[in-house]
Amino acid sequence: MKINNSKDQNNNIILEVKNLTKYFPIYRGFLRRVVGNVQAVDNVSFSVKGGETLGIVGESGSGKTTLGRVILRAYEPTSGDVFFRKNGEMINVFSLEGSELKKLRRDMQIIFQDPYSSLNPRKTVMEIISEPLLIHGVSRGEELKSRVGELLEMVGLNVQHMNRYPNAFSGGQRQRIGIARALALQPKLIVCDEPVSALDVSVQAQVINLLEDLQNELGLTYLFISHDLSVVEHISNRIAVMYLGSIMEMAPAHQLYQLPKHPYTEALLSAVPTIDPHTRRIRIILPGEIPNPSAPPPGCKFHTRCRYVQERCKKEVPAWEEISPEHWVLCHFSKNLHLQGIESIKV
Amino acid sequence: MNDYQEKSNYIKKLYEQQSNLDQTIAHQMMSSEKLAFATSQWRMMWRKFIRNRTAVIGGIVILLFYLVALFADFIVPYTLQQRMTQYSFLPPQRIHFFYEGKFQPFVYGIKGSRDPNTLMRVYVTDPEKRIPIRFFIRGEPYKLMGLFPANIHLFGVEEGIVSLMGTDGQGRDMFSRVIIGSQISLTIGLVGVALSLVIGAFLGVYSGYFGGWIDNLIQRIIEIIRSFPPIPLWMALTAALPSHWSPLKVYFAITVILSLIGWTWLARQLRGKVLALREEDFVMAARLSGASNWWIITKHLIPATFSHIIVISTLSMPSMILAESALSFLGLGLRPPLTSWGVLLQQAQNIQVLLLYPWLLMPGFFVAISILAFNFLGDGLRDAADPYTV
Repeated sequence: MKINNSKDQNNNIILEVKNLTKYFPIYRGFLRRVVGNVQAVDNVSFSVKGGETLGIVGESGSGKTTLGRVILRAYEPTSGDVFFRKNGEMINVFSLEGSELKKLRRDMQIIFQDPYSSLNPRKTVMEIISEPLLIHGVSRGEELKSRVGELLEMVGLNVQHMNRYPNAFSGGQRQRIGIARALALQPKLIVCDEPVSALDVSVQAQVINLLEDLQNELGLTYLFISHDLSVVEHISNRIAVMYLGSIMEMAPAHQLYQLPKHPYTEALLSAVPTIDPHTRRIRIILPGEIPNPSAPPPGCKFHTRCRYVQERCKKEVPAWEEISPEHWVLCHFSKNLHLQGIESIKV
Repeated sequence: MNDYQEKSNYIKKLYEQQSNLDQTIAHQMMSSEKLAFATSQWRMMWRKFIRNRTAVIGGIVILLFYLVALFADFIVPYTLQQRMTQYSFLPPQRIHFFYEGKFQPFVYGIKGSRDPNTLMRVYVTDPEKRIPIRFFIRGEPYKLMGLFPANIHLFGVEEGIVSLMGTDGQGRDMFSRVIIGSQISLTIGLVGVALSLVIGAFLGVYSGYFGGWIDNLIQRIIEIIRSFPPIPLWMALTAALPSHWSPLKVYFAITVILSLIGWTWLARQLRGKVLALREEDFVMAARLSGASNWWIITKHLIPATFSHIIVISTLSMPSMILAESALSFLGLGLRPPLTSWGVLLQQAQNIQVLLLYPWLLMPGFFVAISILAFNFLGDGLRDAADPYTV
């Protein structure tokens, strides 16, 4: 667990997301009428400080990948705004077009989950890493080559491997190539979209350590998306928990793990496996399935599966509140509930 | 004790030998692996391809066909229109290669007469008259590749006739006509495929990449074109060609017509491929690095479909050649004096030919061989381009 003391504590917000919503329309029939919307991201607000890591956790289909990609403008948002700090001022990411947007892309990059799909099998490592540099016309010729070599060394790969094709590398090495590509344009913010989920546990640790080292060296800000709570706990300063397109709770990592304020977070924490065979956690089994994201339940989205559900939850949408400094919750009864954190559930 | 030591020394030695061996093997494996690391998709494709014997033979046959077509005028002993009326409907001659144990190809002289009962021309070989076949002989003047005037032929005779595949009703040498006809038959496919490749690749990739209404429009157009029966469509289009056009103009018009219908297959296939490719993360990575659509299409999508394009174009050559033959056979395509395999087959349209002059069907044999060869080559290329076969 990383306790936030070395990092910048002042208010240098680099990314601010305001009421971000992304619906994917569902078409049906011959005339391709819109019959509904998959509410992938629904009214999400948060901000990220420069140099910190915000972890985003959630089950499959909770909208965390979509959230990351809408911020990068891989998809156009349905509504809401994203502001990004550039040269000291906050600019609206969604208002940019053409060359302005292209310029912004230098500052925001992505690391993908699948190290196989993310590298073009027909291009050499040199061609893959140099692509962003060529697109932006940053360098060419010998300079380009030495820059790619530099990047390769930065991520712990051998410069001599420059002319190999991706098929010559293992999953962990491929992920390093992906990281080198993301670093090529010297970005400030990197969206890490489950960067270690596809790797072996032993390799996961290496890649996580690499990401941490790079962050310290280059002052990067990470939006770290994962479904693995222990990985997120390790790398994040703050963590946001997503369920069905909404952030349910967001708090500093330590606080979220010890003093969760949302029933869903409590249930998630109870599912984290323990290493010690003599201790067991009380498992909170959520009843039912995750609801259909194209028809989320009214009121609080979590009420269908919540242990502490009240009548009010079924009708009223809870407000996104900061109940204590840095601790945001989306729950009517967050102040009344006494929920169990990760350590206390041990038997 | 001593015995024990000896034994352990021996075992130690064996072990060292083994480990040395292991190391050299490991070293060898490493160096061969190093090669595999740096192999591109193309080299792997080539390696797989040359292991496929039928495909290689197909490729060689096609290469030979095109080489022959390129130097057709030089290879043939007679020109397209050279008539030897005294030898009409002459059956293929037998070539004798050795005379008195020495290599000296020759044919026997031919005497023609008419059967008094059936009035058919009959030919008898005259074993007394030996006509040697001369190589690099001076003959009718021609223009090599349509450019360089020349009059040297690969082989020929000074008197009489040498006819490997017989002659037609006007006494024209079938061998010469088939070889020269291959120029048009083989290039009409090439030009046609090239044209439909441009249309098909562009529209297919565009359709798959952008999706939405563009995709819908292009796909519906493809469906409309494909739902027409091809022969009536060709007939309608060729009927629209002005009759006063020169044969060369007609030739190009026919290629355009064939490719206007032929591109749909390629476009469909490429669209499917691009639909899958555009969802790949590396395309997203390029986009998020600020790459334009043009960059993504030309640097990622088209190169990724190259192997596909090659395979499809090889496999669609036969249909182009067949289409030309079919059109010309029906009298809708090329017309004499232009000569293609289809035009030649048109002369062999009746039962009389089948019974009495079967050698006039030789162009059909060439059509079949070239199509088989293209299919073998295409199949081999497809297997080689498929990453899931070994």
